[in-house]
Amino acid sequence: MLNESKAQCRFASFRIPHSAFLITKMTKISIQQVTKRYADHTALDRICIDIPERCIYGLLGPNGAGKTTLIRILNQITAPDSGEVRINGEKLCQKHIACIGYLPEERGLYKKMKVGEQAVYLAELKGIKKAEAQKRLKVWFDRFDIGGWWDKKVEELSKGMQQKIQFITTIIHEPEILIFDEPFSGFDPINANLLKESILELRDKGATILLSTHNMASVEELCDSITLINQGKGILQGKVGDIKRQHDTHKREIIVRVDDIQPVFALGDTYNNIKVEPTDIHDEVKLTTYSESPRALLSQLMQIGELVSYKEVLPSMNDIFIQEVQSQNQAS
Amino acid sequence: MNKIGLIIKREYLTRVRKRSFLIMTFLGPILMAAIYIIPIMLALNASNEHIRIAVVDESHWFEDRFTNTEEHTFVNMPGQPIDSVKEMVKTGVFDMALYVPPTQLNIPSNAVVYSIRQVPMEVETYISSVMQKEIEDQKLMAQGVDPEIVSAVKTDVNLQVMRMDEKGNEKETFTKVQFTLGITLAMLVYMFIIFFGGQVMQGVAEEKTNRIIEVIISSVKPFQLMMGKIIGVSLVALTQFVLWILLTVVLYVGFSAFIGISNPEMLSSGTVMAQEITANDITSNESVQSILQIVHSIDFGTIITTFLIFFVLGYLLYATLYAAIGSLVDNNTDSQQFTLPVTVPLIVAIISSFYIVNNPDSGLSVCLSMIPFTSPISMMVRIPFGVPIWQVVVSVALLAGTFVLMTWIAAKIYRTGILMYGKKLSYKEIFKWLKYK
Repeated sequence: MLNESKAQCRFASFRIPHSAFLITKMTKISIQQVTKRYADHTALDRICIDIPERCIYGLLGPNGAGKTTLIRILNQITAPDSGEVRINGEKLCQKHIACIGYLPEERGLYKKMKVGEQAVYLAELKGIKKAEAQKRLKVWFDRFDIGGWWDKKVEELSKGMQQKIQFITTIIHEPEILIFDEPFSGFDPINANLLKESILELRDKGATILLSTHNMASVEELCDSITLINQGKGILQGKVGDIKRQHDTHKREIIVRVDDIQPVFALGDTYNNIKVEPTDIHDEVKLTTYSESPRALLSQLMQIGELVSYKEVLPSMNDIFIQEVQSQNQAS
Repeated sequence: MNKIGLIIKREYLTRVRKRSFLIMTFLGPILMAAIYIIPIMLALNASNEHIRIAVVDESHWFEDRFTNTEEHTFVNMPGQPIDSVKEMVKTGVFDMALYVPPTQLNIPSNAVVYSIRQVPMEVETYISSVMQKEIEDQKLMAQGVDPEIVSAVKTDVNLQVMRMDEKGNEKETFTKVQFTLGITLAMLVYMFIIFFGGQVMQGVAEEKTNRIIEVIISSVKPFQLMMGKIIGVSLVALTQFVLWILLTVVLYVGFSAFIGISNPEMLSSGTVMAQEITANDITSNESVQSILQIVHSIDFGTIITTFLIFFVLGYLLYATLYAAIGSLVDNNTDSQQFTLPVTVPLIVAIISSFYIVNNPDSGLSVCLSMIPFTSPISMMVRIPFGVPIWQVVVSVALLAGTFVLMTWIAAKIYRTGILMYGKKLSYKEIFKWLKYK
């Protein structure tokens, strides 16, 4: 049945090899044919995403692509015009609100309220008893090194500290599903790392995490699978590794150590699609090739000198993002 | 439901703990008490002074007519030239000098008071009343009428106004009391709607500009947040209202006791004055009775019940509108175009209340007390005059119905508005929001 619905979804460039993870993992969130129109434009056009449990799923797309609208649908802030969302196989309903933790991109706190009081209030809104909320909050406050700020007013805090509090209040009810929209913005590298570790730990403990970000480096570091949305349409979907392989340009980097670099440059001229350049080290030369099977080249190089490294260079998510979005924008 | 409770609790506690709430709570009754206290304080101060007045009466009509009291002494200075008496005022021998110029044939009708400082109102009134009385008496005597007869003839007419209903029940009404009561009640409703409606608007706008809104509505429905805020603020309003009444009573009682202890002679002189009035007033018993009748004539049960109903429903209606407006606020300047349509009916209602109070049963008055946007104020003006029960019922039903309708509309606007940033909004655009799923 899932395969059937999947077949209805159109993706310009790619079909997911979903069978691979369907065997091992249940689908936590299933978004089927979700469409949302506003007065003058279509925010989401037949979006289909299956998010397996216990994974970090990246939701990517340029500004205004429809990511926030999709996230708001998951949070039941708005409802789709057509299509449906299922969580654990059940149609999205009021009770699911308690099992989602959402950190919006545009986030704030009540400035005049005390930090602790506010954190407890937000936790209570998620359905946690006051005493339990206080207990859990204390643990997280200590972990994020803001324990001393409990009785301070929010307006006295730096932006980074406010971000920490917002993160804590998002996860305090230990939800099965976490949605982070640009969680790293406003964090210094040390705290960003702390946050990253916390996110990975939450995943390992069983949470399913939807991560929306423009930070492609963190996508590569954290995400298992992604969906790329542009102009309300899903244009790319799959596991990060698979997508990279798909977009492989067969770029290979070879570094050789030779006594005399001249023969290597001469060799470069005999091949098409090859770039030879000196490196920082005087007796090493770097060759960049786009050949699918550079065996002949390799054997010749090995005769001239010593092979230092041979590396397959997959495109970065950043490159793929730009390439996919631009090609779709040109097409439309 | 539990979540609404949490929201109400937060809205209530954060507002009640604010310094501005405390200030308002104490300032309100103090201002009210000041209206009562300040005239008494002034009276106390004035009575401590003793004013000496030199009288130079060249007409010789009034020489012995002024009686000395604790407040002022009149000293006759016959034959003294007024200029030398004026000098004595300057040097402080007298506080002021009364000069009546000489008359030949005609009756004196003007006099001058010379004083370094402002002449107290009561002195002025006393002098002119004595002179008037004397001239009147003289004129009557000239006509051959005994002034004693005149004063014996004087009567007060007690005009009773009776209102009848269809069943023939009669009830005495007191227009002045109803007038004051109607305007006061209308003002109270108006002030509370403007003030606490404004608080709802600010609260919504604060959540929006703070960007906490999206965090909250991922846990609760926008409607719950909106209603929680409206109800929370309404409880703050009621708390303030009750505190005002309590504090006013405490201040009133406290101050009365304070006067009683510190100034017993003042109190006793008051009693003496009251006795004098009673002695002079033949119809004293009737006036005591009429006060009782006034109190009895006011149907406190009806007034309090209708006040609470119209106050609460009126507040709720406007609070939902204010919440919707608050959700549209991006920066304060462009919220103006949306607040105006909401404030206009309130202002119309409060201005027209001065017309209604004079014509409580006219077609326009009935109409204004039926239209839901003006009825909370207009009906309160009419209530003390007595309103047919069917009119009250229809008005309440219309108000409640409009409240439900407006809540539905406001919730739709609110839901979209709170997440809308940096977009110029038109009424056309907002109208589209009503159709969103």
